[in-house]
Amino acid sequence: MSIVRRFEHVSPAPKDPITGVTEAFLADPSPNKINLGVGAYRDDEGRPVVLQCVRDAEAKIAGSEFLESVSAAVNSKMVEESCKLIYGKDSDAVMEGRFAGIQALSGTGACRLFAEFQRRFYPNSHMYFPAPTWSNHHNIWRDAQVSARNFCYYDPQSKDLNFEGLINDIKNAPEGSFFLLHPCAHNPTGVDPTEEEWREISYYLKVKNHFPFFDVAYQGFASGVMDKDARAIHIFLQDGHLVACAQSFAKNMGLYGHRVGCLSFICDDSKQAVAIKSQLQQIARAMYGSPPVHGVLLVSTILGDQAIKALWTEEIKIMADRIQGMRATLRESLEKLGSPLNWEHITSQVGMFCYSGLKAEQIDRLVREFHVYMTSDGRISMAGVTTGNVNYLANAIHEVTNSGYEESQILGESGF
Amino acid sequence: MTVGVNVSRFEGIAMAPPDPILGVSEAFRADTNEKKLNLGVGAYRTEELQPYVLKVVKKAENLMLERGENKEYLPIEGLAAFNKATAELLLGADNPVMKEGRIATVQGLSGTGSLRLASALIERYFPGAKVLISSPTWGNHKNIFNDARVPWSEYRYYDPKTVGLDFEGMVADIKAAPEGSFILLHGCAHNPTGIDPTPEQWEKIADVIQEKNHIPFFDVAYQGFASGSLDQDAASVRLFAARGMEILVAQSYSKNLGLYAERIGAINVVCSSADAAARVKSQLKRLARPMYSNPPVHGARIVANVVGDPALFGEWKAEMELMAGRIKNVRQKLYDSLMAKDKSGKDWSFILKQIGMFSFTGLNKAQSENMTNKWHVYMTKDGRISLAGLSLAKCEYLADAIIDSYHNVS
Repeated sequence: MSIVRRFEHVSPAPKDPITGVTEAFLADPSPNKINLGVGAYRDDEGRPVVLQCVRDAEAKIAGSEFLESVSAAVNSKMVEESCKLIYGKDSDAVMEGRFAGIQALSGTGACRLFAEFQRRFYPNSHMYFPAPTWSNHHNIWRDAQVSARNFCYYDPQSKDLNFEGLINDIKNAPEGSFFLLHPCAHNPTGVDPTEEEWREISYYLKVKNHFPFFDVAYQGFASGVMDKDARAIHIFLQDGHLVACAQSFAKNMGLYGHRVGCLSFICDDSKQAVAIKSQLQQIARAMYGSPPVHGVLLVSTILGDQAIKALWTEEIKIMADRIQGMRATLRESLEKLGSPLNWEHITSQVGMFCYSGLKAEQIDRLVREFHVYMTSDGRISMAGVTTGNVNYLANAIHEVTNSGYEESQILGESGF
Repeated sequence: MTVGVNVSRFEGIAMAPPDPILGVSEAFRADTNEKKLNLGVGAYRTEELQPYVLKVVKKAENLMLERGENKEYLPIEGLAAFNKATAELLLGADNPVMKEGRIATVQGLSGTGSLRLASALIERYFPGAKVLISSPTWGNHKNIFNDARVPWSEYRYYDPKTVGLDFEGMVADIKAAPEGSFILLHGCAHNPTGIDPTPEQWEKIADVIQEKNHIPFFDVAYQGFASGSLDQDAASVRLFAARGMEILVAQSYSKNLGLYAERIGAINVVCSSADAAARVKSQLKRLARPMYSNPPVHGARIVANVVGDPALFGEWKAEMELMAGRIKNVRQKLYDSLMAKDKSGKDWSFILKQIGMFSFTGLNKAQSENMTNKWHVYMTKDGRISLAGLSLAKCEYLADAIIDSYHNVS
């Protein structure tokens, strides 16, 4: 019998725009290489970090024999603590039990569960993404077969929020649309609405009965303070919105590889919450069964143990402060080098990323000549910048932007 | 500046039905009778009916704790050391498929997650192709294909008259399926029946699959649990691979390493060329990225450590034999008890012919309910009992319950 070849029509997939950067970086033999691609925190020596609170939690759970399934009690505890973290421990919804939540496979998994839920129960709705947003958002809702649209967000001219455009898009979207919002530390731009702007966004979303869905991947990384970074969501709750949140513990607990997150819905009442939870569990069961227990235990231990949680709060502040320090240093270095360009956005942007504004050719040169890796939209993960490499980086950026400057000196051009 | 809440947007959302298998454990927990027995979920129990954490797993976890490894993202396809180990475990390290690089392996979230990735691949690259599943099969198979929007239908498998395999029906149904269908096969220790084809029957199944240009799709959740030997239990998959066929195989380490809650498994696609394997792998990654980005690290490291260390691997094989051995002993004792106590002359030997964690008792729904209501024996309504939850000490009690239910309830 001749060999049957069934996979001839399967073409090679393009590299993921974010993880592909790490792949290329790993393959680069240069000793000077810097990976500013994926948003994973590094210490000032450029090393991955396992937080002490995590080590403490690991020691605490070592030998626990939870291998068969996460008990319902541990499940509920983790969800409750996660909800308190984002909605506020004094929030009415949390205290009244008007929330439905399940653990998810980090932020991606939480978003995917929500997307599947949206398709199942609101099949004709649209999900509106900020332009730009994390590239994987588009993949998630597309694979879940939910129609996606964009709303105005980033203005490349001003390097700031296009607030008017944003509000107009909210007003013009069909009633009952879904809006994906980054409550803090917007990825990839680092541009966040002010508190006043959040209030208006909340108002107009309410008028059109839109569903606010928050992707919370960086709580703690914007200001260094958990509650402060959840401010936008608290405003929405005060306004009476029924929101949903995808929370990730990848970055703020450094649990990247454990895939721990939470998807939660604020509901009208606890009966509804039970129904929604049962539907989410059903979606999860046909996708991966249940989430991996090790990460769930770590998060539930960290959030549930006062001393460990206090340590965690301190460690987040340290990470956020280091990033802010690097922002200041990078900007200063570029200014000291005599760069004629405006680098204010490096320090005004918030969170892990700097939306550098670098052009494709410049980024290409950074890779080829300087072995500096970032995503093709010019997003730089500041978490990968250290006192050891910041000067090298500043020099590299200066080189690739300075040489093109003479050709594009016309005032008013969008520049780089 | 607040606006009042409108009509609830959650009005149309009803309570999802409870999972039939997990619901059994819940009911068991609520039962206060001291004689109660949980033969519902396929999770291994010791003779003392306690959950069992394998010693090699404890050792591996201690090693990992001592090393203080980092928690960075795995690549989308998972831990390389795990992927290599799992493919070798399945096919054998010397298998030409491995040497020729013709296998695409992507770490998945246990069997379920691996099946879902495979389903997503089928939906995208073989649109309209059907998956044929055995009647009966594991309850979650249908859910996975439904959610992945892959059409499915059943092939005859279980024959209630013989409490054995309806081999002719199986072959006929596979033959009748549209060319290029995916045929879902249990590599060993069929769930829920415990009835596996013989080696000769496997050859015939492979013949008809090749004849109709179908694609074999193996669910391997019990490698090591059927015979006690990891290699022997992979014989069916290796038979197909030896014929040069392209095959999908989902693997799970939930049972054989007791890693249920760590969600560790893999999807493997054996292809006709290394180039095809590379392309398929890249597309599996493209499907995984919008599902969960990259798989969880902990379970993968445990498996890689156990399989990668010759001493630990040897210990694992020994523990595997012990677990499978305990189940075989319990099977034998149950059979002996049934034959001794049942004076009707009924032949209970089908129990000995079945293999793995489960036994299909042949009891119908009403009889299964009698098992629970009268005897406090918890099982699924299709007549399946999990022998992993049975102890030698309880075999006689169980035999009494089965005999009563079979003869006195219709």
